[in-house]
Amino acid sequence: MDYPLIFALIIAFGVFMYVFMDGFDLGVGILFPITGQTEEERDTMMNSVAPVWDGNETWLVLGGAALFGAFPLAYATILPALYLPLLIMLIALIFRGVAFEFRFKTVRAKHIWSIAFFGGSLVCTFTQGMVLGAYISGFLIEARGFVGGAFDWFGVFPMFTGLAVVAGYAALGCGWLIMKTEGDLQDRCFRLMPGLVAAVLIAIVAVSIWTPFVEPRIAERWFSLPNLFLLSPVPVAVALCAVFLFRALRQRRDVQPFVLTLALFALSFIGLGISLWPVVVPPDITIWDAAAPDESLSFLLVGVAILIPVILTYTAYTYYVFRGKVKAGEGYH
Amino acid sequence: MADFFGDAVLMARVQFAFTIAFHILFPAFTIGLAWWLVVLDALWIRTGRDVYSLLHRRWTGIFAVSFGMGVVSGIVMSYQFGTNWSRFSDIAGPIIGPLLSYEVLTAFFLEAGFLGIMLFGRGRVPPWVHMTATVLVAVGTLISAFWILAANSWMHTPQGFTIVEGRFHPADWWAVVFNPSFPYRLTHMVLATFLTTAFAVGAAGAFALLRRPGDEAGKMMVSMAMWMALFTAPAQVLAGDLHGLNTFEHQPAKIAAMEGHFETRKGAPLILFGIPDTDAQVTRYSVEVPLLGSLILTHEWEGEVRGLDAFPRDEWPPVAVVFFSFRIMVALGMLMMAVALLAVFLRPQGRLYRNRAFLRLLVACGPTGFLAILAGWITTEVGRQPWLIQGLMRTTDGASPVSTGQVATSLVVFIVVYTAVFGTGAYYVLRLMGRPIEAEPPPTQPPQGRRPMRPLSAADQPFDTPEGT
Repeated sequence: MDYPLIFALIIAFGVFMYVFMDGFDLGVGILFPITGQTEEERDTMMNSVAPVWDGNETWLVLGGAALFGAFPLAYATILPALYLPLLIMLIALIFRGVAFEFRFKTVRAKHIWSIAFFGGSLVCTFTQGMVLGAYISGFLIEARGFVGGAFDWFGVFPMFTGLAVVAGYAALGCGWLIMKTEGDLQDRCFRLMPGLVAAVLIAIVAVSIWTPFVEPRIAERWFSLPNLFLLSPVPVAVALCAVFLFRALRQRRDVQPFVLTLALFALSFIGLGISLWPVVVPPDITIWDAAAPDESLSFLLVGVAILIPVILTYTAYTYYVFRGKVKAGEGYH
Repeated sequence: MADFFGDAVLMARVQFAFTIAFHILFPAFTIGLAWWLVVLDALWIRTGRDVYSLLHRRWTGIFAVSFGMGVVSGIVMSYQFGTNWSRFSDIAGPIIGPLLSYEVLTAFFLEAGFLGIMLFGRGRVPPWVHMTATVLVAVGTLISAFWILAANSWMHTPQGFTIVEGRFHPADWWAVVFNPSFPYRLTHMVLATFLTTAFAVGAAGAFALLRRPGDEAGKMMVSMAMWMALFTAPAQVLAGDLHGLNTFEHQPAKIAAMEGHFETRKGAPLILFGIPDTDAQVTRYSVEVPLLGSLILTHEWEGEVRGLDAFPRDEWPPVAVVFFSFRIMVALGMLMMAVALLAVFLRPQGRLYRNRAFLRLLVACGPTGFLAILAGWITTEVGRQPWLIQGLMRTTDGASPVSTGQVATSLVVFIVVYTAVFGTGAYYVLRLMGRPIEAEPPPTQPPQGRRPMRPLSAADQPFDTPEGT
C-alpha cells in the first residue's frame, strides 16, 4: 500500500476542511466592524459562528499533528522556515478564540474583546495568506534542514496572497452571513458581496498568472501539451462559478452565494494541488521523500481511519442542529 | 544575561518549559476534576440530594473553562516541536509524531463525542446517558495522558526502535509505548492530578466555610477532598518511590543529581538538605541520614550508589536545579500528606468544618498540587539533560536552525500573551470557585435547544457587572 499517498490525501483533505470552515468564521471576524453596525448585530454575527468555530479550528491542530506524524521532514523544514508568521498566526488565533468566550462574559471590557475578535481574525487571515505565498515560492533547504533567513517568507508575492486570502475569507464570511442572517445585516452583506467576489476573482486570476512566473516548474506543468487541455476544466469551472455567483446575488438567493464561494475555494485548492503535486515541501521534496516509514504510517492509519469518520459525522450533526437563520437576541449570553 | 540571550538552544528550552508548564496546569486539573464529576453525578443519581447537583453544575463550569484553556494552550504545543525543535522532529518524528497524533485524535474524539453531552446534556438526556458521557470524558482525559506520557517516557527510556540512516524507525510499537519508565510515570502523574484536584476543591470548600460557617456545599467539598487526599497522598509516596527506583536503574545520573551525590560510594547517606556546589563537586552544609540513601535506592545498607563522578562531566544535568526542585516536590507532597492526616483527627464531631486555622491552612494549600506537579516535571526534565533522548540524542542537537532573535522574540511574545489570556482565564476560574454555591443559576433552556455546545460556554456567569462588583 502506498501509505505516503494516502496520508497526503488525508492531510490535503484536512487542510481544505480547515480553510473552508475556519475561512468563513475568520471572514465573519474580518467583517465584524464593517457589516456589524450595532452591538446587537455584532452579537448576531458572533452567534452565527459561535457553535462551530472551535470545531473548525481543531482541524488546524489535527493538520499540524498529522503532518508531524506522517511527514516529519515537511514538519521539520516548513515550520522553522515560517517561524515568525506562524507565531503571529497562533497568537492571533488565541486572542480570537478566547474573545468568543470572554466577550459574552464581560460587560465593562466587551469592546476590548470585540477588537481582539476583529484584529485576531484579520491578522490570522493575512498571515495564513502570506504563509501560502511563501509556501508556493518554496524554501531554501539543505541536508534536511531549512537554511534560509528569518524573513525569507516576506516578499511582494506573499503580501499579495495575504491580501487575496483576506478578500477570500471575507467573501466566505459574507456569504455565510447572507445565509444565516436577515434584515439590515443581510442587506448590508448583499451590497458588500459583489465587490468581495470581484476582488476574489481578480486575486485568483492574478495568482494564476503570477505563480508560473514565480515557479517555472509550475508553468511547465500547466502550459505543456497535453496538460493544457486536460487541466482546462479547472479555469472553465471557475468562470462558470463566477457567472452563477453574480446571478445568485442579483436574485438575492440565501444559500447559493456561500456555496458557490466555497466552490471557488475548492477549485483554487485543486489548482494549487495540480501545480504542486507530488511536492510537499517546495521546490523539490516529494511526499515520498518526506514521509515517515511505513511502520509509522500504518500504525497511525488505524486511528485516523476510525476517528476521521466519527469527527465528520459529529461535525455534520452540529451544523444540522444549528441550521437556519440566527435571530437577533437568540443564542447564548 | 548576555549569555542567556546569546544562546538560542537555551531560550528554546525556556520557551518549551514556559508554554508546557502553562499548558499542563489545565489538563492536570481537568483529569482529576473529570473523575470527581463522575463521583458527584453518581451520588446525585443515588441520593437525589440537591447539594450534589449544585456542586456538579458549579464544577462542570470550572471544568469547562479549564478544558477550553487547555485546548487553546495545546494548539501552540502542536506547532512548537516543528518551529523550535525541527532536528528532533525530523530524526525522532517517525516515533514521536504518531504518538502525539494519537493524542490529538483522542482529544478530538473526546470533544466531538461526549463533551457536549456532559456539559450541556443535563436535563435533556436521561441521567444514565449523562453519567455515561461523563465517564467517557473522564476516560478520554486519561487516554490523552496515556499518549503524551508514552511519548515523553520514550524520550527518557527509549526502546523498540531501529536506527535507519540516522533516524529512529519504530520496530515494535508495543515496546515503544510500554517503555520501561512509562507505567511509573503514568501512575505518578495521574495520582498527582487527583491530589491537585483534591486540594483545589478542598481550598474552595474551606473558603466557603470561612465565609459562611456551616455551608453545606463547603462541608461536602472539604470532606470529599480530604478523603481523596488521605488515599492518594500515601499512594503517591509509594508511586514516587517506585518511579525513583526505575529512574535509578535507567537514568542514574539524574538520581545522583536529585540526591546531591557527587561521589560514588557504598552505604550512601540520604541528604535531606544542602547546597550542591557543582564546581567543587560537593554538597555543602548537608544534613544527612547515614546509609539511608543506599537503603532506599538499593534496599541494602551497604549498596553501591553511583554518584556524578561515575559519569563524564559533559553528561551531568544541572545539579542544583534538579536537587532543589526535587526537594520542593517532596516537601509539598509531605505537606499534603500531613494535611490529609490532620483532617482525620479533626473529622470527629465535625471540627474539620469549624477549625478556622485548619480551614485557612486548606485555602493556603489550594495551589500545592499544581506547584508539586511543576516541581516534579522540572526535576525529571532538567534531570534528563544534556539528553533529549536519553543516551542517544543531545538537546543541543535537536534544536531548529533558527536565529536567536526569532526564539527570543517568540519567547517574549508568549510570556506576555499567556499572562494576559490565561491570567484572565485563571481569574475567571477563581471567581467561579469563590461564589456561593446557591448563586449557581439553574440550567437554562434556550429556544429549541439550540445552545452552542462549546466548553467555555458551559460556564455562563459574567466576570463582572456594569456596576463593577
